[in-house]
Amino acid sequence: MDQFLQQTLSGLANGAIYASLALAVVMIYQAIDHFNFAQGEMAMFSTFIAWQLIAWGAPYWVAFVVCLAISFIGGMAIERIIFAPIHDAPALSHVVVFIALTLIFNAMAGFIWEFTIKEFPSPFPAELPFETKLIGPHEVGIVGITLIMLGMIYVFFRFTPIGLAMRAAAASPESARLVGISVKKMLGLGWGLAAAVGAVAGMMIAPVVFLEPNMMLGILLYGFAGAVVGGLTSPGGAVVGGFLMGVLEALAGTYVIGSELKLTFALVVIVAVLLFRPAGLFGRVVVQRV
Amino acid sequence: MALSDAKSVAMRPNPAHTAVLFGIKLPMWNLYLTVIGIAAALVLPFVVEGFTVFQLTQALVYAIAVLGLNLLTGFNGQFSLGHSAFYALGAYTAAIMVERYEVAFYWTILPAGIICFIGGFLFGLPALRLEGLFLALATFALAVATPQLLRYEHFEGFTGGVQGIDLFKPDSPIEFLGGDQWLYFVVLVCGALLVVGAWNLTRGRTGRAIMAIRDNPLAARTMGINTSLYKSVTFGVSGFYTGIAGALGAAVAEFVAPDSFTFFLSVWLLVGMVIGGLGSIPAAIVGGLFILYVPNISEALIGQVFGDDPSAKALIGVAFGCFLIFAVYVMPNGLAGFVRWFVARYSRPGI
Repeated sequence: MDQFLQQTLSGLANGAIYASLALAVVMIYQAIDHFNFAQGEMAMFSTFIAWQLIAWGAPYWVAFVVCLAISFIGGMAIERIIFAPIHDAPALSHVVVFIALTLIFNAMAGFIWEFTIKEFPSPFPAELPFETKLIGPHEVGIVGITLIMLGMIYVFFRFTPIGLAMRAAAASPESARLVGISVKKMLGLGWGLAAAVGAVAGMMIAPVVFLEPNMMLGILLYGFAGAVVGGLTSPGGAVVGGFLMGVLEALAGTYVIGSELKLTFALVVIVAVLLFRPAGLFGRVVVQRV
Repeated sequence: MALSDAKSVAMRPNPAHTAVLFGIKLPMWNLYLTVIGIAAALVLPFVVEGFTVFQLTQALVYAIAVLGLNLLTGFNGQFSLGHSAFYALGAYTAAIMVERYEVAFYWTILPAGIICFIGGFLFGLPALRLEGLFLALATFALAVATPQLLRYEHFEGFTGGVQGIDLFKPDSPIEFLGGDQWLYFVVLVCGALLVVGAWNLTRGRTGRAIMAIRDNPLAARTMGINTSLYKSVTFGVSGFYTGIAGALGAAVAEFVAPDSFTFFLSVWLLVGMVIGGLGSIPAAIVGGLFILYVPNISEALIGQVFGDDPSAKALIGVAFGCFLIFAVYVMPNGLAGFVRWFVARYSRPGI
């Protein structure tokens, strides 16, 4: 029983990371109808920026905030410079550019910071204020930070005028433009937010998996799986899907398949959900008019 | 269109057959270029040094894989980021047959292709329900999961686990040909057969059906094309090509290991396809040469600028990425598209 609880809780901690990435993927998917295959590498690059700031002597939380700001601006810049000109290009062009970005970020990180693994500090105290063997302090911290971030994003989209404008721009670009919303700016904002959310995920997982340019590929796969399970049209669903994938990963790893086939497990989940319930758990079914 | 119109259209010579570029008719250009290409392919291994022959062989192997991917994406409009998995399946099939069952290498090429055909067909079946991006996502997952599957401990008896499998390239049966040169010709012959196959496949009724599905799936279905069958078969054929490339690649590298077949191998194949040109068969050769030589050339350039810094090699990835973005912006149909544009721009209609 202890093992079950322990695995579930550590699954929730990993799930928080997957949820963040799934949310970032869904935000971009809603804005431009494409999967951001570079989301993981963008998050990895942001994490390296934070690592560099800390190595230069910045306190953790200063580095955290500066890294978020840089990621936000970087995300906007990518949308403005690279994706705006090919907005109407065929889907393959988008996939190719996403792959190109993956390559560029991966290689740039390897060039600047080399491929050796680096330790990334955890900002949380070494011991929990209460006695437990079920969950470590960093895992509690991950879940806490993620929940705070998700809460803030929920408030932002639900209660602020810009959040409303962004939702409008994603739901119906034409009508949004007619009521005076700059869809371009909203797209840029969406990218910036997605990049920042990804950066948080990267900084939270880096102390667990160690920092290196290839650290995010498998994690991104789980992020995608979370997004697919929850439903690509539903940000809240993606978050639930991410947590669910974390728990499933931990339980399946302990009781069913062992730790060596985790990525295959994600593959099976993705294909199965896309086949049998393409809309995911919480997504709406998209009907295409022909 | 009235019958008489149709007749007069049929009587008129095809403009592509009479157009003139720089004083030479287009069909003659095709003929000359093909002859020069074949002659170069036959002579090159005797005039360049051994290592270059080895590189050219590897480039041909990549070209075959790019051709396979191009049949799927360029002709049929289905995305795949997972072709490294089929390449790996082909390579491991060949390596396991050679090393574990002592089959002669030549007899492993076709089985590798067939196993990958079945693999591709089976993966293509669920892919029927996955349109465009979702297929890209599923194949992305396949590519990311492949190295882990190959390392899996319960398959270790077959796959050799993390260590992989060593195999030796076949000996040359002809005295005046060295091992590298012999393998080059083996790959060249396989490649030539596959090119002819692809050419026949895409020019006939089947090819038109495959391309119709790419251009407008709904209209294709309305015209009575069995889209699901064609799509999964195309996936299978694409897997067949890539699997053969994998088997040949295993002999060229004399080694298979999980880390040779990561997601980035899929990316290289995609790069080769996009730079060469979608929906063009000769473009595959350009793609293969690009995948092999551009990293080498960039490495040399980078070495001159940054010296022997090992992390500078990472810049090759940056160069590839920039090439890709450049291609999407400036020549979205790759080099083949550029050639088509060039011919259209500078050729004059002939008589």
